[in-house]
Amino acid sequence: MVMINLILILLIGGLLAILSERISDTMPRKVAMAIVLIDLLYLLICLSGMPDITQLQAPVANDPSTWLMHFKADWIPAFGISIELALDGISLLMVLLTLILGAIAISASWTDIVVRKGFFEANLLWSLAGVLGVFMALDLMLFFLFWEVMLIPMYFMIAIWGHENRGYAAMKFFIFTQASGLLMLMSILALVAINYSATEVWTFSYFDLLHTEMTEQVAHWIMLGFFIAFVVKLPGFPFHTWLPDAHTQAPTAGSVILAGILLKTGAYGLIRFAVPLFPEAALNFSSAAMWLGAAGVVYGAVLAFGQTDFKRLIAYSSVSHMGFVLLGIYAWNELALQGAVMQMVAHGFSTAALFMIAGSLQERLHTRDMREMSGLWQQMPRMGAMAMFFVVASLGLPGLGNFVAEFLILLGLFQVNIWITVIAATGLITGAAYSLLLMQRSFQGEANKKWVDYGLVDFGPREMLTMAVMMVALIVLGIYPQPILDAAQPVLQSLLNLTTLPAVAIVEVL
Amino acid sequence: MNATMFSALAPILMLSLTAIVLMIQASIKRDQSVAWVITGVGFLLTLWSASYARDFTQPVTILLQVDHWSLFFTSLILIASLVTLVLSKDTFSSEGERKEEYYLLLVLSVLGAVVLIQSSHMVSLLLGMELMGVALYAMIAFPERGQLPLEAAVKYLVLSACASAMLLYGFALIYAATGELSYSGIGSRAAVAYAKNPMLVMAGSAMVLAGIGFKLSVAPFHMWTPDVYEGAPTPVTGFLATVSKGAVFVALTRFYIDGSLYQFSDLNTALAALAIVSMLVGNWLALRQENIKRLLAYSSIAHFGYLLVVLIALTYLDTGLVNQSITFYLTAYIVTTLAAFTVVSMVTGEDTAKQNIGAFAGLFWHRPLEASALTVAMLSLAGIPLTAGFMAKFFVITVGIQSGLWGLLAVLIVASAIAIYYYLRIIFAMTKSAESPGNSANWQEKIVALALMISILVLGAWPQPFIAYAGLL
Repeated sequence: MVMINLILILLIGGLLAILSERISDTMPRKVAMAIVLIDLLYLLICLSGMPDITQLQAPVANDPSTWLMHFKADWIPAFGISIELALDGISLLMVLLTLILGAIAISASWTDIVVRKGFFEANLLWSLAGVLGVFMALDLMLFFLFWEVMLIPMYFMIAIWGHENRGYAAMKFFIFTQASGLLMLMSILALVAINYSATEVWTFSYFDLLHTEMTEQVAHWIMLGFFIAFVVKLPGFPFHTWLPDAHTQAPTAGSVILAGILLKTGAYGLIRFAVPLFPEAALNFSSAAMWLGAAGVVYGAVLAFGQTDFKRLIAYSSVSHMGFVLLGIYAWNELALQGAVMQMVAHGFSTAALFMIAGSLQERLHTRDMREMSGLWQQMPRMGAMAMFFVVASLGLPGLGNFVAEFLILLGLFQVNIWITVIAATGLITGAAYSLLLMQRSFQGEANKKWVDYGLVDFGPREMLTMAVMMVALIVLGIYPQPILDAAQPVLQSLLNLTTLPAVAIVEVL
Repeated sequence: MNATMFSALAPILMLSLTAIVLMIQASIKRDQSVAWVITGVGFLLTLWSASYARDFTQPVTILLQVDHWSLFFTSLILIASLVTLVLSKDTFSSEGERKEEYYLLLVLSVLGAVVLIQSSHMVSLLLGMELMGVALYAMIAFPERGQLPLEAAVKYLVLSACASAMLLYGFALIYAATGELSYSGIGSRAAVAYAKNPMLVMAGSAMVLAGIGFKLSVAPFHMWTPDVYEGAPTPVTGFLATVSKGAVFVALTRFYIDGSLYQFSDLNTALAALAIVSMLVGNWLALRQENIKRLLAYSSIAHFGYLLVVLIALTYLDTGLVNQSITFYLTAYIVTTLAAFTVVSMVTGEDTAKQNIGAFAGLFWHRPLEASALTVAMLSLAGIPLTAGFMAKFFVITVGIQSGLWGLLAVLIVASAIAIYYYLRIIFAMTKSAESPGNSANWQEKIVALALMISILVLGAWPQPFIAYAGLL
């Protein structure tokens, strides 16, 4: 029930946010913030009664009773569809990330949103609810439902409160993810039909479908359906083209949620579904997937380098960073997978912070064009310092979370394929180049006269507090990543046990 | 005929009675609101009699087959007709003097649809289709001012006549080949007749399919659809899209199953071609439409393309799952389409300028109920989870996968992806900021819109009861 409550609190909170607009204009954001914090607190209280997850035995992937939490109730018994939610170390990390970034997104929307505030906060809360559902659902139909439905509030956030080209961006975002979602639906139904013809039982439960027998070719096609849906969301090269538009046009809070959380649903889907459900097919496909990942790393970095739009640059840097995640997942050994999970968390914080800075700049300057910015540090030293911190975090400075993540991925990848590792490692260099370029163009250099007497306001206490949360998170991740690794380790181990992938993969080392 | 047969025929008798009462009323005192009430009461009584007839299901003469399935659809189209009735009240109150005839035509058309749904014989099929169609011509042309309704009615009349001729010729050929006119008779003789003279059976069935395809407006027989949708008064368009098409599809399913036509692979190939062309053409042409009624016309072409996929699967599956799928899909389609037309009627009235998508700007902020209902309807047509349309698509894909119709499913995926664009355009238009256009809808329409929206969401979020029910039909 805990998991259902987590989602319900957010759903009902959305309605409260709409209603609270009648009380006062500033009420919705306070209500939304309170709801997310209550949700987070509720989760932590429930967890405190549980055994320490770092000490937990490896949950057996196909035995729900070994998971942290498990809930199952009938929904559409005619087709064996149930409301089945479960939580293990990885889902828990993702759920925590979602709620923390949710609070940060609300803080980012504090002054950014000026019209229809109630409806905005409601959409924000509803999309968080959808994402939580994605991270917890283990009935494939329920998973698909959350996967699709979380897009609708996101669509509204971009379409209603976005920037100048919002209609186009929102449409592109929705069509890309929906069309790929349809492929996944086909794959889910095909998988279930195969299981049905073997067992004469309709079931959509992850635990029942894990060991479905099928021929290699069929598995390959079905796996591709999942893969494409997840890689579009990730986004991996060459399905990333929706992302720069959506991120650039979305309001700040929307960008924070998109980059911080929504992209992670794709990575989560790959780890949880695409590989474990089809281990052999995934193995055969792994080198192709890794090449796509490496292409994403390099391509995203090169394109980021060429951008003049502050937000667009960060968006392309996400493509590059998510390429690392794809690499980490398909290397499919413990090191690389740990790195991928770490990258998901660290990238969530660093990119969310950068998007928030971008949003603050846009709010103050009414432009995102870096050619018009220069020497902003002099007017806004606090914002400049923050930008500096998150830029170096994002380029992978040792001591911060992103470094740990990328290092682990490359280390794991090295055992599998040296050449791809070499190519991917160049992403670190190009990453440094575009990140520093971003810093130089906007905050350093000679001050642009246009802004000198513009009355620019530096970060206030609210913004500094939000930034501080993310800073602390990244520093902790970078210096003491062990808790995260411990939380993910048993789960990853059990997923690795499901597949014969690593043993075979190591043979392939050059 | 015995007494229980009359009980089984209760819905048809009740509708006929309503028509007679309406005529008598018109001869005593012409009053539109009285006619409206009589029609409404008539529909409600028919609805009740449909549930009464459930205890007497049986074949009634050779012409009609009253069973739970047909009674379910009878009830469904009666509900759709009630919605049409509510919408018609405002639409025609500003037109010239004589309006009572409209209600008489509506009742007759519904009567035709019920006969069509219950038909088990080519004669009753034709009778029902013509009764429904002839009344519809007049309903489309009913507004006295403006050329569009007249143009639409003439177009529909002429092309319908062609289609009927085709249908009749097909019947004749099938009769020549099998010597039977009842579906079951055809079913029992078709294989033998086909062995003897394959051309005759194929040509006959193909012509019947073409005639029915015209009424369903599947591509390439869809040319009339956008013009008629646009020209007809909005409630009539909604009626045409739901009651008329729904009834014809039920009749087609009957004919296809009882006549065992699914055993002929050539016919299945033809149906598959119709399905593919409909899915692609319907969605493709909808992309550039500015008028929302034309857009919905193309969207309905695509939806019947999706439905045909289920019919093709009959060759590979038992009729249980197929019937269940068709029941669910048609129900979802009818409820969703009604919701869309209800909102269109509430927002635009009969003002053609307001039918452009641009005129829906700002609806979210000025008329949240209408906007929410239209949003839910659009999401349902697009097949987004938690709406009826998603479960409907779920059925189609499940049936398609079980039958191994991979090519058709691939087209369905592509077509659905295209379709998202134009459904979203409408939603996007509603989120824009704009001046308030004023509010003209009455409370009955608001209740109808709300009820339809809730039905769509319930069918999508908690479909189990209905699936179980549909499985028993």
